[in-house]
Amino acid sequence: MKVLRRFFIRLSNLVTGRSADQRLREEIAEHLALQTEENLRAGMSPTEARRQAAIKLGAAEAIRQDHHAEQSLPFFENLLFDLRYALRMLVRSPGFSLIAIATIALGIGATTAIYSVIDATLLHPLPYPKPSELVRIEANLTGVGAHGVGISIPELRDLQNSGIFQNVSLCFFGSENVTGGSQPTHIAGATVSPSYFAVLGVDAALGRTFDPHDATPGPNLEVVISDGLWKRAFGADPRILGKSLRLDNDLFYVVGVMPPGFRDQGQTSEERGTELWAADGFSSDPPPVRGTRQPYVTVARLQPGLSLEAAQGHLDALVASLKKEYPADYPPQAAWTIHLTPLAETLVGNVRQSLVLLSGAVGLVLLISCVNVANLLLTRASARGREMAVRQALGAPRTRLIRQLLTESLLLFVLGGVTGFAVLFGARKFVLQFIPESLPRFNEISISWGVLAFAIIVSVAAGIIFGLAPAWLTSRRNLTATIGQDGRGSSGSRQRSRLRHVLVISELAISLVLMVAAGLLLRSFWDLFRVPLGFNPSRVVAIETTLPNPNDPKTDIYHTAAQEAVLLREVFRRNLTLPGVEETAVSDRAALPLGHGQGDLRPRPLIREGEDAQNRQPPLIDTSTVSPEYFHVLGMTLLRGRLFVDQDLEDTPSVAVINQAAARTYWPNQDPVGKHVHVRSRSDKPEWTTIVGVIADARTESLADTGIPELYLDIYQRPAKFLAFYLRGQVYPAAILAQERTQIQAVDPELPVFRAETLDDALSSSLSVRRFSMEMVALFAGTALLLAGLGIYGTISYVVNEQRREIAIRLALGAQRRDILKIVLRQGLILAAAGAGAGLVGAFIVSHLMAGLLYGVSPYDLSTFAGVTAVLTAVAIAASYVPALRAMRVDPMTTLHSE
Amino acid sequence: MKEKPDVLQGTLALMVLKTLDVLGPQHGWGIARRIEQISGDLLAVNQGTLYPLLLKLEHEGSIASEWGASENNRRARFYRLTGAGRKQLQTETSEWEQTAAIIARFFKVKAGDLT
Repeated sequence: MKVLRRFFIRLSNLVTGRSADQRLREEIAEHLALQTEENLRAGMSPTEARRQAAIKLGAAEAIRQDHHAEQSLPFFENLLFDLRYALRMLVRSPGFSLIAIATIALGIGATTAIYSVIDATLLHPLPYPKPSELVRIEANLTGVGAHGVGISIPELRDLQNSGIFQNVSLCFFGSENVTGGSQPTHIAGATVSPSYFAVLGVDAALGRTFDPHDATPGPNLEVVISDGLWKRAFGADPRILGKSLRLDNDLFYVVGVMPPGFRDQGQTSEERGTELWAADGFSSDPPPVRGTRQPYVTVARLQPGLSLEAAQGHLDALVASLKKEYPADYPPQAAWTIHLTPLAETLVGNVRQSLVLLSGAVGLVLLISCVNVANLLLTRASARGREMAVRQALGAPRTRLIRQLLTESLLLFVLGGVTGFAVLFGARKFVLQFIPESLPRFNEISISWGVLAFAIIVSVAAGIIFGLAPAWLTSRRNLTATIGQDGRGSSGSRQRSRLRHVLVISELAISLVLMVAAGLLLRSFWDLFRVPLGFNPSRVVAIETTLPNPNDPKTDIYHTAAQEAVLLREVFRRNLTLPGVEETAVSDRAALPLGHGQGDLRPRPLIREGEDAQNRQPPLIDTSTVSPEYFHVLGMTLLRGRLFVDQDLEDTPSVAVINQAAARTYWPNQDPVGKHVHVRSRSDKPEWTTIVGVIADARTESLADTGIPELYLDIYQRPAKFLAFYLRGQVYPAAILAQERTQIQAVDPELPVFRAETLDDALSSSLSVRRFSMEMVALFAGTALLLAGLGIYGTISYVVNEQRREIAIRLALGAQRRDILKIVLRQGLILAAAGAGAGLVGAFIVSHLMAGLLYGVSPYDLSTFAGVTAVLTAVAIAASYVPALRAMRVDPMTTLHSE
Repeated sequence: MKEKPDVLQGTLALMVLKTLDVLGPQHGWGIARRIEQISGDLLAVNQGTLYPLLLKLEHEGSIASEWGASENNRRARFYRLTGAGRKQLQTETSEWEQTAAIIARFFKVKAGDLT
């Protein structure tokens, strides 16, 4: 209490600048007068009385200082003094200050930008309470190499009753057609268990979410909508609750509106952008059977306090006991397992490596910019040697000098950090453009207070770390030598130049590491970009529509392939009348090259005639449904057999086309044409499908993966709901959506038509995260190279300046100017060689670590390493050339006379 | 020059408080002389060191000060004990007496007493 009171009084004195000096003076004068009078009374002479009084009082100046220290807060007061002095020093050498602040701003600005991305994605991936309890449950059939096979309803009940989880919920991302408005719209909707929101732990902002104990076997006709949909489609109607909504021709009732910031969990930006949730018990039709797994996403919330490892242990035990109980459903060769993954991990899993790489790269840039500034500070230290010596001679203790110098470097770093942040904040809209939208939680990325705090903390830490060594060395000098010799050849100078060389070498090494990383990423990207696709994306636009999928099949007007064929053929006929369109085709979304969401692809069990009679656990294969024209529009090559023809219809024998990878994998050394397979799906009639053709492999799933087995079915034999129409020819992507919408809705006005994208765009956006990290690392490498170049330039310039006398003497003694040039260049080269040597070691380590991000290029690619080393050496030589020229032009006469 | 006893630094504040308690409001010189008179030459204080201490006590709220007229009718700063200071003096006095008593007893003990 007393201490606090004293602190605040002193603080307020400091702030208001109130001084007690005048008061003390008067008090001392009075004190001396009283003491003198007493001394006089004791019989001293007036002079002696005054003298004795002064002696008794003590050293007046020391008293004044103590008194002042008590009146104010000396620590902060000194800090203010130091800051004021530091500001004056900055203003006095504006060139130095500007370069230093700009360098720091660059480093901290870049670091802060990357931090803001990482803060939103890696550090806070799940905007839900207690995110560590949330897991995704994945069932695998490791024996047949199938992952994420989904779970069946009886299995779901087993999980719910296991006691491991508070709640388990299924979730199925899809889309819904909302009709009844002026224009049918298509929104990202999910069908979820009633316990879904209880698992996430988020409540509705208006109304309620679903009752987690709702036991309706099928859809309970309740929907919860997002805040965005509520505002967009319903004008934020406060009486929305209880209103009906026509989704895929079924009537649903709105029971709740989610809060504005709510984002769904999910692996793609589309899934996370879900705007409507419908509750479903998932067990109405067909009656739940243990073996019928559905491709649902299963999310759950662990019991509080249960660790992931413990939960996985309990789960393994459960799986083992289920296998024993139902041996027919879990054949040992399938090796059924259930795996828990933290939900946060599933969201960021695929970009984590890229983001870690980026933060590493930006950390190196920050390091290099700090090193550069430390180097500048060292250079300036020699210029200020005399000042330091004089101050020391006048009695300043070394700690006081270090504090002063540290204040100066801290001021520089904080100014740099704030500048970097300000530039970033000003340019945030521009910067955000470069971030790929497919990044998880893209919308949450912002330049916030937390980011500002990060920038300031990093600046202060960097200022202390990189200001300390120069301050230490600057304040350490041999007094008499320095003052006597005007700063030349003092003992500190050799240490300083050694430190400076170490700094430059480390700068060169770091920039080499970054350049190698950038070079490897660039090569990977380039290779991916030029990879033979196996299909031709140019001049093709895909436009999507979805057919209604009502809960009661009897109300579905596109239930059979024949019913759907009428629609498709009419749309084809109309498509060909559009200007520029030469060819057209249709497929389900699973066949949409590189553009579909992960949920669209449902691998199906592939049962081969004869092969799998005894094997109850068939392999899974990517299956999609296409129209006969699909292969031609996309330019895929037929290798053997035939493609689909117009005669393949619902009532003719079912046929399929596979790709070469499927032929190689499932019919090695055999001709697959003519083989019979059974591709199981929910509505399938149990009939054999004949393989009629084999096409060449195409990278329609992923540019990086070649040879994923694919099986294509004919859309005129198997109806599909989620459709993509393809238009090949001279079409304008901007105008085509409206034109196509007119055509499709002329056939069925209830169909939404959305998302026109050229396949070229789909291709390039499938590379967006790769491109982003490649561009960023390249940018950072360029920055690092520039900084390292500046660093070597500064150091060589300084060395030349210090050796001017020596050079002049050499010249006077008859040395050739070319020799001088050589000597200086050699110094630059030695630095470059040392830097390159250290850098290569680092680069090998780093490239080994980032092997997973590379494609088609070895992490130890010789040409990349050699090329980068050559570039670095060239830059080092160029940077030392300018000071070397200056050294060559030293005039011996003037130089020797001037010193 | 011999250093002042260390104990002085800690107890000077207590002496100041006690002086003000006994004599009522005093100026700096008055306090200094009183301490000197009572402690004799044992505590030959540099009288000036009193002033930073007075300021500290004032910041802590144990004493207050105001301008007044000295014996010679000149301007002088007078210090007086506040309520908080009086309370502080009481607790510190009893603490001090306790400590002193313990130390005294400690020194009185002879080897024979312990057996």
